[in-house]
Amino acid sequence: MFNKYDVLETIEMIEREHLDIRTITMGISLLPCVAGTADATAKKVYDRVCSQAEDLVKVAESLSMEYGIPIVNKRVSVTPASIVCAPFAAQSAKVGRALDDAARTLGIDFLGGYSALVHKGMADYEKTFIETIPEVLSTTEKLCSSVNIGSSKSGINMDAVKLMGGIIKETAARTAEKDGFGCAKLVVFCNAVEDNPFMAGAFHGVGESGTVINVGVCGPGVVQHAIESIPGADLTELAEMIKRTAFKITRAGQLVAREAAKRLGAEFGIVDLSLAPTPARGDSVAQILEEMGLESVGTHGTTACLAMLNDAVKKGGVMASSRVGGLSGAFIPVSEDIGMIEAAERGGLCIDKLEAMTAVCSVGLDMIAIPGDTPADTISAIIADEAAIGMINNKTTAVRVIPAPGKGVGDCVNFGGLLGRASVMPVHGESSSKFIARGGLIPAPIHSNKN
Amino acid sequence: MHAVVTVVGKDKTGIIAKVSAFLAGKGVNIEDISQTILQDYFAMIMLVDISGAKEELAALAESAAELGKSIGMSIHLQHEAIFNAMHRV
Repeated sequence: MFNKYDVLETIEMIEREHLDIRTITMGISLLPCVAGTADATAKKVYDRVCSQAEDLVKVAESLSMEYGIPIVNKRVSVTPASIVCAPFAAQSAKVGRALDDAARTLGIDFLGGYSALVHKGMADYEKTFIETIPEVLSTTEKLCSSVNIGSSKSGINMDAVKLMGGIIKETAARTAEKDGFGCAKLVVFCNAVEDNPFMAGAFHGVGESGTVINVGVCGPGVVQHAIESIPGADLTELAEMIKRTAFKITRAGQLVAREAAKRLGAEFGIVDLSLAPTPARGDSVAQILEEMGLESVGTHGTTACLAMLNDAVKKGGVMASSRVGGLSGAFIPVSEDIGMIEAAERGGLCIDKLEAMTAVCSVGLDMIAIPGDTPADTISAIIADEAAIGMINNKTTAVRVIPAPGKGVGDCVNFGGLLGRASVMPVHGESSSKFIARGGLIPAPIHSNKN
Repeated sequence: MHAVVTVVGKDKTGIIAKVSAFLAGKGVNIEDISQTILQDYFAMIMLVDISGAKEELAALAESAAELGKSIGMSIHLQHEAIFNAMHRV
Protein backbone atom coordinates (compact mmCIF):
# COMPACT_ATOMS: atom_id res chain seq x y z
CA MET A 1 0.00 0.00 0.00
CA PHE A 2 1.12 3.52 -0.70
CA ASN A 3 1.94 6.08 1.93
CA LYS A 4 -1.30 8.03 2.19
CA TYR A 5 0.47 11.38 2.37
CA ASP A 6 2.28 10.63 -0.90
CA VAL A 7 -1.01 9.80 -2.58
CA LEU A 8 -2.68 12.94 -1.27
CA GLU A 9 0.32 15.02 -2.32
CA THR A 10 -0.11 13.87 -5.92
CA ILE A 11 -3.83 14.65 -5.83
CA GLU A 12 -3.10 18.10 -4.41
CA MET A 13 -0.45 18.79 -7.06
CA ILE A 14 -2.94 18.03 -9.83
CA GLU A 15 -6.05 19.63 -8.30
CA ARG A 16 -4.66 22.81 -6.76
CA GLU A 17 -1.17 23.40 -8.08
CA HIS A 18 -1.72 23.03 -11.83
CA LEU A 19 0.53 20.00 -12.29
CA ASP A 20 0.01 18.79 -15.81
CA ILE A 21 1.64 17.18 -18.77
CA ARG A 22 1.93 20.31 -20.89
CA THR A 23 2.40 18.51 -24.14
CA ILE A 24 2.76 15.18 -25.87
CA THR A 25 4.62 15.98 -29.05
CA MET A 26 5.04 13.41 -31.78
CA GLY A 27 8.13 13.97 -33.89
CA ILE A 28 7.68 12.76 -37.45
CA SER A 29 10.39 12.56 -40.08
CA LEU A 30 9.32 14.00 -43.43
CA LEU A 31 12.33 12.63 -45.29
CA PRO A 32 10.34 9.78 -46.88
CA CYS A 33 8.00 12.40 -48.40
CA VAL A 34 10.45 14.15 -50.69
CA ALA A 35 9.10 14.06 -54.23
CA GLY A 36 9.91 15.88 -57.46
CA THR A 37 7.29 18.59 -57.25
CA ALA A 38 5.76 20.77 -54.55
CA ASP A 39 2.28 19.33 -55.09
CA ALA A 40 3.40 15.72 -54.89
CA THR A 41 5.50 16.41 -51.78
CA ALA A 42 2.67 18.32 -50.10
CA LYS A 43 0.32 15.41 -50.64
CA LYS A 44 2.81 12.90 -49.25
CA VAL A 45 3.49 15.14 -46.26
CA TYR A 46 -0.21 15.45 -45.47
CA ASP A 47 -0.76 11.71 -45.75
CA ARG A 48 2.27 10.79 -43.66
CA VAL A 49 1.51 13.19 -40.81
CA CYS A 50 -2.14 12.14 -40.75
CA SER A 51 -1.32 8.44 -40.69
CA GLN A 52 1.50 8.57 -38.13
CA ALA A 53 -0.38 10.81 -35.69
CA GLU A 54 -3.85 9.40 -36.35
CA ASP A 55 -4.35 8.17 -32.77
CA LEU A 56 -2.35 10.86 -30.98
CA VAL A 57 -5.30 12.79 -29.57
CA LYS A 58 -7.23 9.65 -28.66
CA VAL A 59 -4.29 8.04 -26.85
CA ALA A 60 -3.46 11.26 -25.00
CA GLU A 61 -7.03 11.62 -23.79
CA SER A 62 -7.22 8.06 -22.61
CA LEU A 63 -3.87 8.31 -20.76
CA SER A 64 -5.07 11.47 -19.12
CA MET A 65 -8.13 9.65 -17.75
CA GLU A 66 -6.23 6.56 -16.64
CA TYR A 67 -3.49 8.36 -14.74
CA GLY A 68 -5.72 11.19 -13.62
CA ILE A 69 -3.31 13.86 -14.84
CA PRO A 70 -4.31 16.53 -17.38
CA ILE A 71 -2.55 16.44 -20.76
CA VAL A 72 -2.98 19.97 -22.05
CA ASN A 73 -1.60 19.94 -25.60
CA LYS A 74 -1.18 17.39 -28.33
CA ARG A 75 1.32 18.47 -30.94
CA VAL A 76 3.37 17.28 -33.85
CA SER A 77 6.86 18.34 -34.87
CA VAL A 78 8.34 17.54 -38.26
CA THR A 79 11.69 17.59 -40.06
CA PRO A 80 12.71 21.18 -40.85
CA ALA A 81 10.60 21.86 -43.93
CA SER A 82 13.38 23.73 -45.73
CA ILE A 83 15.09 20.35 -46.25
CA VAL A 84 12.14 18.64 -47.93
CA CYS A 85 11.27 21.80 -49.87
CA ALA A 86 14.80 22.34 -51.22
CA PRO A 87 14.02 21.28 -54.81
CA PHE A 88 11.12 23.73 -55.10
CA ALA A 89 11.86 26.33 -52.39
CA ALA A 90 9.76 29.09 -53.95
CA GLN A 91 6.69 26.89 -53.61
CA SER A 92 7.39 25.85 -50.01
CA ALA A 93 4.11 27.42 -48.90
CA LYS A 94 2.27 24.45 -50.44
CA VAL A 95 3.97 22.14 -47.95
CA GLY A 96 3.29 24.62 -45.14
CA ARG A 97 -0.40 24.63 -45.93
CA ALA A 98 -0.47 20.82 -46.18
CA LEU A 99 1.03 20.65 -42.68
CA ASP A 100 -1.55 23.09 -41.35
CA ASP A 101 -4.35 21.07 -42.99
CA ALA A 102 -2.97 17.91 -41.38
CA ALA A 103 -2.93 19.61 -37.97
CA ARG A 104 -6.58 20.57 -38.37
CA THR A 105 -7.57 17.09 -39.56
CA LEU A 106 -5.87 15.52 -36.54
CA GLY A 107 -7.37 18.00 -34.07
CA ILE A 108 -3.97 18.77 -32.54
CA ASP A 109 -3.06 22.11 -31.00
CA PHE A 110 0.08 23.06 -32.94
CA LEU A 111 2.43 21.67 -35.54
CA GLY A 112 6.05 22.84 -35.54
CA GLY A 113 8.76 22.49 -38.12
CA TYR A 114 8.27 25.08 -40.84
CA SER A 115 11.92 25.60 -40.06
CA ALA A 116 15.36 26.14 -41.50
CA LEU A 117 18.81 25.46 -40.06
CA VAL A 118 21.20 28.09 -41.37
CA HIS A 119 23.64 28.47 -38.47
CA LYS A 120 26.75 28.24 -40.60
CA GLY A 121 25.62 29.16 -44.05
CA MET A 122 22.48 29.84 -46.01
CA ALA A 123 21.99 28.26 -49.42
CA ASP A 124 19.88 30.07 -52.01
CA TYR A 125 17.02 27.63 -51.53
CA GLU A 126 17.11 28.18 -47.76
CA LYS A 127 16.95 31.93 -48.19
CA THR A 128 14.01 31.51 -50.57
CA PHE A 129 12.34 29.21 -48.05
CA ILE A 130 12.80 31.68 -45.18
CA GLU A 131 11.28 34.42 -47.35
CA THR A 132 8.04 32.41 -47.54
CA ILE A 133 7.64 32.37 -43.72
CA PRO A 134 5.65 35.65 -43.31
CA GLU A 135 3.10 34.68 -45.94
CA VAL A 136 2.76 31.14 -44.62
CA LEU A 137 2.35 32.20 -40.99
CA SER A 138 -0.27 34.76 -41.95
CA THR A 139 -2.34 32.24 -43.92
CA THR A 140 -2.11 29.23 -41.60
CA GLU A 141 -3.49 28.65 -38.15
CA LYS A 142 -1.61 25.93 -36.28
CA LEU A 143 1.73 25.92 -38.06
CA CYS A 144 4.83 27.15 -36.19
CA SER A 145 8.15 28.19 -37.62
CA SER A 146 11.72 28.45 -36.36
CA VAL A 147 15.10 29.34 -37.80
CA ASN A 148 18.46 28.41 -36.25
CA ILE A 149 20.96 31.16 -36.98
CA GLY A 150 23.88 30.23 -34.76
CA SER A 151 25.59 27.54 -32.74
CA SER A 152 28.52 27.21 -30.34
CA LYS A 153 30.25 24.98 -32.86
CA SER A 154 29.79 27.11 -35.96
CA GLY A 155 29.38 30.72 -34.81
CA ILE A 156 26.60 33.14 -35.70
CA ASN A 157 25.44 33.56 -39.29
CA MET A 158 24.96 37.33 -39.35
CA ASP A 159 23.52 37.30 -42.87
CA ALA A 160 20.70 35.14 -41.56
CA VAL A 161 20.38 37.37 -38.48
CA LYS A 162 19.95 40.37 -40.78
CA LEU A 163 17.37 38.54 -42.85
CA MET A 164 15.36 37.48 -39.79
CA GLY A 165 14.92 41.04 -38.52
CA GLY A 166 13.06 41.82 -41.74
CA ILE A 167 11.13 38.53 -41.70
CA ILE A 168 9.83 39.27 -38.20
CA LYS A 169 8.75 42.78 -39.26
CA GLU A 170 6.99 41.45 -42.35
CA THR A 171 5.25 38.70 -40.36
CA ALA A 172 3.98 41.35 -37.93
CA ALA A 173 2.78 43.54 -40.80
CA ARG A 174 0.92 40.67 -42.47
CA THR A 175 -0.87 39.88 -39.20
CA ALA A 176 -1.34 43.51 -38.16
CA GLU A 177 -5.07 43.08 -37.53
CA LYS A 178 -4.17 40.62 -34.77
CA ASP A 179 -1.41 42.79 -33.21
CA GLY A 180 1.33 40.93 -35.09
CA PHE A 181 0.20 37.53 -33.81
CA GLY A 182 2.14 35.71 -36.57
CA CYS A 183 5.36 36.54 -34.69
CA ALA A 184 4.15 34.45 -31.73
CA LYS A 185 4.55 31.44 -34.01
CA LEU A 186 8.10 32.28 -35.10
CA VAL A 187 11.28 31.65 -33.08
CA VAL A 188 14.87 32.51 -33.96
CA PHE A 189 17.31 30.15 -32.24
CA CYS A 190 20.95 29.76 -31.42
CA ASN A 191 21.83 26.14 -30.55
CA ALA A 192 18.33 24.86 -31.35
CA VAL A 193 17.67 21.38 -29.97
CA GLU A 194 16.32 18.59 -32.14
CA ASP A 195 13.94 17.04 -29.62
CA ASN A 196 12.17 20.05 -28.12
CA PRO A 197 8.47 19.30 -27.55
CA PHE A 198 7.51 22.93 -26.82
CA MET A 199 6.15 25.44 -29.33
CA ALA A 200 6.75 27.52 -31.25
CA GLY A 201 10.29 26.13 -31.54
CA ALA A 202 9.67 22.40 -31.92
CA PHE A 203 11.04 20.56 -34.94
CA HIS A 204 12.10 16.97 -35.53
CA GLY A 205 15.85 16.82 -36.01
CA VAL A 206 17.37 14.87 -38.88
CA GLY A 207 19.35 12.79 -36.38
CA GLU A 208 16.14 11.54 -34.80
CA SER A 209 14.28 8.30 -35.46
CA GLY A 210 11.28 8.08 -37.83
CA THR A 211 8.52 8.68 -35.29
CA VAL A 212 9.24 9.71 -31.72
CA ILE A 213 7.23 10.73 -28.68
CA ASN A 214 8.60 13.62 -26.62
CA VAL A 215 6.80 14.85 -23.56
CA GLY A 216 6.94 18.24 -21.88
CA VAL A 217 6.01 18.40 -18.22
CA CYS A 218 5.23 21.55 -16.31
CA GLY A 219 4.70 22.52 -12.76
CA PRO A 220 5.56 26.09 -11.74
CA GLY A 221 2.66 25.96 -9.24
CA VAL A 222 3.98 22.79 -7.65
CA VAL A 223 7.44 24.29 -7.21
CA GLN A 224 5.99 27.51 -5.83
CA HIS A 225 3.91 25.56 -3.31
CA ALA A 226 6.94 23.50 -2.25
CA ILE A 227 8.90 26.69 -1.56
CA GLU A 228 5.96 28.17 0.37
CA SER A 229 5.95 25.11 2.62
CA ILE A 230 9.43 25.95 4.00
CA PRO A 231 9.30 29.73 4.53
CA GLY A 232 12.40 30.08 6.72
CA ALA A 233 14.65 27.78 4.70
CA ASP A 234 18.05 28.89 3.46
CA LEU A 235 18.89 28.66 -0.24
CA THR A 236 20.65 25.29 0.04
CA GLU A 237 17.50 23.79 1.54
CA LEU A 238 15.42 25.54 -1.07
CA ALA A 239 17.50 24.08 -3.90
CA GLU A 240 17.08 20.63 -2.38
CA MET A 241 13.31 21.08 -2.17
CA ILE A 242 13.08 22.24 -5.81
CA LYS A 243 15.17 19.27 -6.89
CA ARG A 244 12.92 16.78 -5.11
CA THR A 245 9.82 18.39 -6.61
CA ALA A 246 11.33 18.35 -10.10
CA PHE A 247 12.12 14.67 -9.63
CA LYS A 248 8.48 13.79 -8.92
CA ILE A 249 7.16 15.83 -11.82
CA THR A 250 9.63 14.32 -14.27
CA ARG A 251 8.73 10.81 -13.19
CA ALA A 252 5.09 11.47 -14.01
CA GLY A 253 6.18 12.73 -17.43
CA GLN A 254 8.33 9.71 -18.10
CA LEU A 255 5.50 7.34 -17.25
CA VAL A 256 3.16 9.08 -19.69
CA ALA A 257 5.83 9.32 -22.40
CA ARG A 258 6.71 5.62 -22.26
CA GLU A 259 3.11 4.51 -22.30
CA ALA A 260 2.16 6.93 -25.08
CA ALA A 261 5.09 5.77 -27.20
CA LYS A 262 4.10 2.12 -26.69
CA ARG A 263 0.48 2.70 -27.65
CA LEU A 264 1.32 4.83 -30.67
CA GLY A 265 3.99 2.48 -31.99
CA ALA A 266 6.62 5.21 -31.76
CA GLU A 267 9.95 5.46 -30.03
CA PHE A 268 10.15 7.09 -26.60
CA GLY A 269 12.29 10.18 -27.14
CA ILE A 270 12.75 12.45 -24.17
CA VAL A 271 11.06 14.07 -21.22
CA ASP A 272 11.48 17.83 -21.18
CA LEU A 273 11.00 19.14 -17.69
CA SER A 274 10.43 22.81 -18.20
CA LEU A 275 8.74 25.15 -15.82
CA ALA A 276 6.51 26.68 -18.47
CA PRO A 277 4.05 29.17 -17.05
CA THR A 278 0.51 29.97 -18.16
CA PRO A 279 -1.31 33.25 -17.56
CA ALA A 280 -3.24 31.57 -14.68
CA ARG A 281 -2.38 32.79 -11.20
CA GLY A 282 -0.42 30.12 -9.33
CA ASP A 283 1.17 28.82 -12.54
CA SER A 284 3.92 31.36 -12.84
CA VAL A 285 7.73 31.28 -12.85
CA ALA A 286 7.82 34.92 -11.75
CA GLN A 287 5.82 34.03 -8.66
CA ILE A 288 8.37 31.32 -7.80
CA LEU A 289 11.13 33.94 -7.93
CA GLU A 290 9.04 36.27 -5.80
CA GLU A 291 8.35 33.45 -3.32
CA MET A 292 12.13 33.08 -3.04
CA GLY A 293 12.22 36.57 -1.60
CA LEU A 294 12.07 39.18 -4.38
CA GLU A 295 9.51 41.96 -4.09
CA SER A 296 9.01 41.87 -7.84
CA VAL A 297 10.54 39.86 -10.65
CA GLY A 298 13.06 42.01 -12.53
CA THR A 299 14.63 43.57 -9.45
CA HIS A 300 18.22 42.94 -8.35
CA GLY A 301 18.65 39.30 -7.37
CA THR A 302 16.35 38.01 -10.11
CA THR A 303 19.18 36.51 -12.18
CA ALA A 304 20.62 34.70 -9.15
CA CYS A 305 17.25 33.27 -8.11
CA LEU A 306 16.53 32.14 -11.66
CA ALA A 307 19.98 30.53 -12.00
CA MET A 308 19.41 28.49 -8.87
CA LEU A 309 15.90 27.51 -9.89
CA ASN A 310 16.97 26.45 -13.37
CA ASP A 311 19.85 24.36 -12.10
CA ALA A 312 17.84 22.66 -9.35
CA VAL A 313 15.11 21.77 -11.85
CA LYS A 314 17.67 20.18 -14.17
CA LYS A 315 19.28 18.19 -11.36
CA GLY A 316 15.95 16.78 -10.18
CA GLY A 317 14.98 15.96 -13.75
CA VAL A 318 18.23 14.21 -14.62
CA MET A 319 17.97 12.04 -11.49
CA ALA A 320 14.42 11.05 -12.42
CA SER A 321 14.92 10.02 -16.02
CA SER A 322 17.80 8.87 -18.13
CA ARG A 323 16.18 10.49 -21.14
CA VAL A 324 15.88 14.10 -20.17
CA GLY A 325 16.21 16.35 -23.18
CA GLY A 326 14.66 19.26 -25.00
CA LEU A 327 15.17 22.50 -23.15
CA SER A 328 14.56 21.37 -19.55
CA GLY A 329 14.72 24.42 -17.32
CA ALA A 330 12.65 27.48 -16.57
CA PHE A 331 10.84 29.43 -19.29
CA ILE A 332 10.30 33.16 -19.04
CA PRO A 333 7.75 34.02 -21.75
CA VAL A 334 6.68 37.48 -20.67
CA SER A 335 3.11 37.48 -22.01
CA GLU A 336 2.36 33.97 -20.74
CA ASP A 337 3.25 34.48 -17.07
CA ILE A 338 0.97 36.52 -14.82
CA GLY A 339 3.88 37.63 -12.61
CA MET A 340 5.89 38.81 -15.63
CA ILE A 341 2.84 40.50 -17.18
CA GLU A 342 2.24 42.50 -14.02
CA ALA A 343 5.91 43.35 -13.51
CA ALA A 344 6.11 44.59 -17.12
CA GLU A 345 2.97 46.69 -16.64
CA ARG A 346 4.52 48.28 -13.54
CA GLY A 347 7.64 49.03 -15.59
CA GLY A 348 9.67 46.78 -13.28
CA LEU A 349 10.86 44.42 -15.98
CA CYS A 350 12.88 45.62 -18.95
CA ILE A 351 14.35 43.91 -21.98
CA ASP A 352 17.91 44.37 -20.70
CA LYS A 353 17.14 42.52 -17.46
CA LEU A 354 15.33 39.82 -19.40
CA GLU A 355 18.43 39.41 -21.56
CA ALA A 356 20.55 38.85 -18.44
CA MET A 357 18.01 36.31 -17.20
CA THR A 358 18.26 34.36 -20.44
CA ALA A 359 21.95 33.73 -19.75
CA VAL A 360 20.99 31.48 -16.85
CA CYS A 361 17.66 29.91 -17.80
CA SER A 362 16.53 27.57 -20.49
CA VAL A 363 15.51 29.71 -23.42
CA GLY A 364 15.50 33.36 -24.32
CA LEU A 365 13.67 36.59 -25.00
CA ASP A 366 10.27 35.06 -25.30
CA MET A 367 6.87 36.55 -26.09
CA ILE A 368 7.95 40.15 -25.65
CA ALA A 369 5.94 42.88 -27.33
CA ILE A 370 8.06 45.76 -28.64
CA PRO A 371 7.00 48.97 -30.40
CA GLY A 372 5.64 48.47 -33.91
CA ASP A 373 8.04 51.02 -35.35
CA THR A 374 11.16 49.18 -34.11
CA PRO A 375 13.52 49.03 -37.13
CA ALA A 376 14.30 45.59 -38.59
CA ASP A 377 18.00 46.14 -37.87
CA THR A 378 17.27 46.70 -34.19
CA ILE A 379 15.41 43.38 -34.08
CA SER A 380 18.39 41.76 -35.81
CA ALA A 381 20.68 43.26 -33.19
CA ILE A 382 18.47 41.89 -30.40
CA ILE A 383 18.77 38.47 -32.07
CA ALA A 384 22.56 38.86 -32.36
CA ASP A 385 22.91 39.69 -28.64
CA GLU A 386 20.80 36.75 -27.63
CA ALA A 387 22.62 34.38 -30.00
CA ALA A 388 25.95 35.56 -28.59
CA ILE A 389 24.84 34.58 -25.08
CA GLY A 390 23.86 31.14 -26.35
CA MET A 391 26.98 30.64 -28.44
CA ILE A 392 29.44 31.59 -25.70
CA ASN A 393 27.62 29.73 -22.92
CA ASN A 394 26.91 26.55 -24.90
CA LYS A 395 23.18 26.81 -24.33
CA THR A 396 20.04 27.29 -26.35
CA THR A 397 18.84 30.85 -26.65
CA ALA A 398 15.97 32.18 -28.68
CA VAL A 399 14.15 35.33 -29.66
CA ARG A 400 10.39 35.51 -30.07
CA VAL A 401 9.51 39.20 -30.11
CA ILE A 402 6.38 40.80 -31.47
CA PRO A 403 6.80 44.28 -33.00
CA ALA A 404 3.11 45.10 -32.55
CA PRO A 405 1.98 47.19 -35.54
CA GLY A 406 0.72 50.63 -34.58
CA LYS A 407 1.48 50.10 -30.88
CA GLY A 408 3.89 52.06 -28.73
CA VAL A 409 5.48 51.72 -25.30
CA GLY A 410 2.87 51.12 -22.58
CA ASP A 411 0.15 49.91 -24.99
CA CYS A 412 -1.18 46.44 -24.33
CA VAL A 413 -1.20 43.55 -26.78
CA ASN A 414 -3.66 40.76 -26.06
CA PHE A 415 -3.23 37.36 -27.72
CA GLY A 416 -5.73 35.50 -25.53
CA GLY A 417 -5.61 31.98 -24.14
CA LEU A 418 -2.28 30.47 -23.17
CA LEU A 419 -0.40 33.19 -25.07
CA GLY A 420 -1.67 35.85 -22.66
CA ARG A 421 -1.14 39.58 -22.89
CA ALA A 422 1.88 41.87 -22.92
CA SER A 423 2.58 45.50 -22.27
CA VAL A 424 4.77 46.90 -25.06
CA MET A 425 8.34 47.27 -23.76
CA PRO A 426 10.78 49.96 -24.84
CA VAL A 427 13.88 49.05 -26.85
CA HIS A 428 16.99 51.21 -27.23
CA GLY A 429 16.51 53.93 -29.83
CA GLU A 430 20.15 54.20 -30.94
CA SER A 431 20.81 52.50 -34.27
CA SER A 432 22.64 49.19 -34.74
CA SER A 433 22.29 49.33 -38.54
CA LYS A 434 25.96 49.64 -39.49
CA PHE A 435 26.82 46.61 -37.37
CA ILE A 436 24.02 44.53 -38.89
CA ALA A 437 24.85 45.68 -42.45
CA ARG A 438 28.35 44.17 -42.16
CA GLY A 439 26.99 40.61 -42.47
CA GLY A 440 29.33 37.63 -42.48
CA LEU A 441 29.88 35.10 -39.73
CA ILE A 442 30.79 35.75 -36.11
CA PRO A 443 33.36 32.98 -35.69
CA ALA A 444 32.78 30.16 -33.22
CA PRO A 445 34.39 30.72 -29.81
CA ILE A 446 37.78 29.24 -28.97
CA HIS A 447 36.27 26.72 -26.54
CA SER A 448 34.29 25.12 -29.36
CA ASN A 449 37.52 23.61 -30.70
CA LYS A 450 37.45 20.46 -28.62
CA ASN A 451 38.39 17.81 -31.17
CA MET B 1 -4.18 -4.51 -12.64
CA HIS B 2 -4.27 -2.19 -9.64
CA ALA B 3 -5.66 1.29 -9.29
CA VAL B 4 -5.77 3.76 -6.43
CA VAL B 5 -9.04 5.38 -5.41
CA THR B 6 -8.87 8.59 -3.40
CA VAL B 7 -11.90 10.18 -1.83
CA VAL B 8 -11.46 13.64 -0.36
CA GLY B 9 -14.06 16.06 1.01
CA LYS B 10 -16.09 17.22 3.96
CA ASP B 11 -16.76 14.34 6.36
CA LYS B 12 -20.30 12.98 6.44
CA THR B 13 -22.15 9.72 7.05
CA GLY B 14 -22.09 6.88 4.55
CA ILE B 15 -19.14 7.79 2.33
CA ILE B 16 -17.42 4.42 2.57
CA ALA B 17 -20.73 2.63 2.03
CA LYS B 18 -21.48 4.55 -1.15
CA VAL B 19 -18.01 4.24 -2.62
CA SER B 20 -17.65 0.54 -1.85
CA ALA B 21 -21.13 -0.20 -3.22
CA PHE B 22 -20.15 1.62 -6.41
CA LEU B 23 -16.91 -0.37 -6.72
CA ALA B 24 -18.66 -3.69 -6.04
CA GLY B 25 -21.21 -2.85 -8.72
CA LYS B 26 -18.41 -2.35 -11.22
CA GLY B 27 -16.67 -5.62 -10.34
CA VAL B 28 -13.77 -3.87 -8.64
CA ASN B 29 -12.19 -5.63 -5.66
CA ILE B 30 -10.94 -3.57 -2.70
CA GLU B 31 -7.62 -4.88 -1.38
CA ASP B 32 -6.66 -2.24 1.14
CA ILE B 33 -8.26 0.81 2.73
CA SER B 34 -6.70 3.63 4.67
CA GLN B 35 -8.78 6.44 6.03
CA THR B 36 -8.11 9.56 7.98
CA ILE B 37 -9.80 12.80 9.07
CA LEU B 38 -7.67 15.91 8.54
CA GLN B 39 -9.25 19.06 10.05
CA ASP B 40 -12.83 17.95 9.37
CA TYR B 41 -11.80 16.72 5.95
CA PHE B 42 -12.27 13.11 5.14
CA ALA B 43 -9.51 11.45 3.12
CA MET B 44 -9.74 7.82 2.10
CA ILE B 45 -7.32 5.90 -0.04
CA MET B 46 -8.11 2.47 -1.45
CA LEU B 47 -5.94 0.08 -3.36
CA VAL B 48 -8.21 -1.83 -5.72
CA ASP B 49 -7.86 -4.66 -8.20
CA ILE B 50 -9.67 -3.88 -11.45
CA SER B 51 -8.80 -7.11 -13.31
CA GLY B 52 -12.37 -8.35 -12.90
CA ALA B 53 -14.00 -5.04 -13.78
CA LYS B 54 -16.51 -4.84 -16.59
CA GLU B 55 -15.19 -1.53 -17.87
CA GLU B 56 -11.88 -0.06 -18.99
CA LEU B 57 -9.86 2.00 -16.53
CA ALA B 58 -10.64 5.31 -18.27
CA ALA B 59 -14.39 4.62 -18.11
CA LEU B 60 -14.18 3.60 -14.44
CA ALA B 61 -12.29 6.81 -13.66
CA GLU B 62 -15.00 8.83 -15.33
CA SER B 63 -17.85 7.12 -13.44
CA ALA B 64 -15.92 7.48 -10.15
CA ALA B 65 -15.55 11.22 -10.75
CA GLU B 66 -19.29 11.44 -11.48
CA LEU B 67 -20.13 9.58 -8.29
CA GLY B 68 -17.90 12.08 -6.47
CA LYS B 69 -19.89 14.97 -7.88
CA SER B 70 -23.20 13.40 -6.90
CA ILE B 71 -22.16 12.92 -3.26
CA GLY B 72 -20.21 16.19 -2.98
CA MET B 73 -16.75 14.61 -2.69
CA SER B 74 -13.72 14.62 -4.92
CA ILE B 75 -13.11 11.07 -6.12
CA HIS B 76 -10.18 10.00 -8.27
CA LEU B 77 -9.56 6.55 -9.63
CA GLN B 78 -6.08 6.33 -11.13
CA HIS B 79 -3.69 3.67 -12.36
CA GLU B 80 -1.28 2.85 -9.53
CA ALA B 81 1.69 3.47 -11.84
CA ILE B 82 1.46 7.23 -11.40
CA PHE B 83 2.07 6.94 -7.65
CA ASN B 84 4.83 4.38 -8.09
CA ALA B 85 6.54 6.69 -10.58
CA MET B 86 6.32 9.82 -8.48
CA HIS B 87 7.05 8.47 -5.01
CA ARG B 88 9.36 5.49 -5.40
CA VAL B 89 12.97 5.80 -6.50
